[in-house]
Amino acid sequence: MKSDTLALLRAERAAKHPVALATHLKSGLERLVWPDRSQGALELDDAALAAARSALRDDRSRTIDTAAGPVFVNVFNPPRRLVVVGAVHIAQPLVPMAAISGFQVVVIDPRHGFATDARFPEVTLDTDWPDEAMERLRPDVRTAVVTLTHDPKLDDPALAVALRSPAFYIGALGSRRTHAARVERLKALGFGDNEIGRIDAPIGLDIGAVSPAEIAISILAGITRTLHAEPAA
Amino acid sequence: MTEPDILDQAAAWRSGGKGVALATVVVTWGSSPRPVGSQLAVDEDGAFVGSVSGGCIEGAVVREALDCIADGAPRLLDFGISNEQAWDVGLACGGKVQVFVERVE
Repeated sequence: MKSDTLALLRAERAAKHPVALATHLKSGLERLVWPDRSQGALELDDAALAAARSALRDDRSRTIDTAAGPVFVNVFNPPRRLVVVGAVHIAQPLVPMAAISGFQVVVIDPRHGFATDARFPEVTLDTDWPDEAMERLRPDVRTAVVTLTHDPKLDDPALAVALRSPAFYIGALGSRRTHAARVERLKALGFGDNEIGRIDAPIGLDIGAVSPAEIAISILAGITRTLHAEPAA
Repeated sequence: MTEPDILDQAAAWRSGGKGVALATVVVTWGSSPRPVGSQLAVDEDGAFVGSVSGGCIEGAVVREALDCIADGAPRLLDFGISNEQAWDVGLACGGKVQVFVERVE
């Protein structure tokens, strides 16, 4: 590995940018591959670049076969994070399920009666106002944000920050009617249809979920599907 | 995690003027203790951080890494139960791994 490559790789990792290092296993030539660009001495054709980006999306390092021989794609993704707004009943099963699935989880709720260590052991609780907490957490492309409070005073400021961020998933709990009212409020804040369209609402996959744990499964399934989806052409 | 980060350690050794090699698990078959992408950094004195097998082939990988630091040629090493050397180094767990070793230039 070139020292330059090592330095750039470490800088990108520190900046929490997803990047893959493709290395030709015969020559040692290498190329850094980001979701939208690539650079390095190793030539990769479109198929190989697509395979490298697929590995990046799947978060799985792998060896790919190319016309020039095997190339190892080592994936350096920032940790997946889940920001949960609302230390509510549904959040209680969602937090451990998401942690098992590989997410670093933060729960935001300024209501001290909700955000207690007894209700949420072993998770980072943030009792700042959601927009302040979200500005500090800076959702990135590996971050999912879900709002669960049903209270516009708490959900809307969090959604506003999420919509201005590159978060890969934004979901908001609430019925279609609740969401229609939310859409109007977000429009009043100046958000357009494309931005508002990023919100998954009603939240999660439609699996007929009823109990809090089932709704948590539905939410996590929706996040997982988005995480591994092919990007829109 | 108390162990130093592998790439950070490799960069620190390199900037300290030491020869450094990186070993990376690139393919696994069957049961393998460390996933694809696991890395080990080795300096010219044989000090290493990280892991490519959870212990069973580290010795052999470090020896190859030292040769790689000396001659600069990248290497692709196969370890598995069909490999005499693998028996010698103790990879009798039924798994196979392929490890890429390269010098940090």
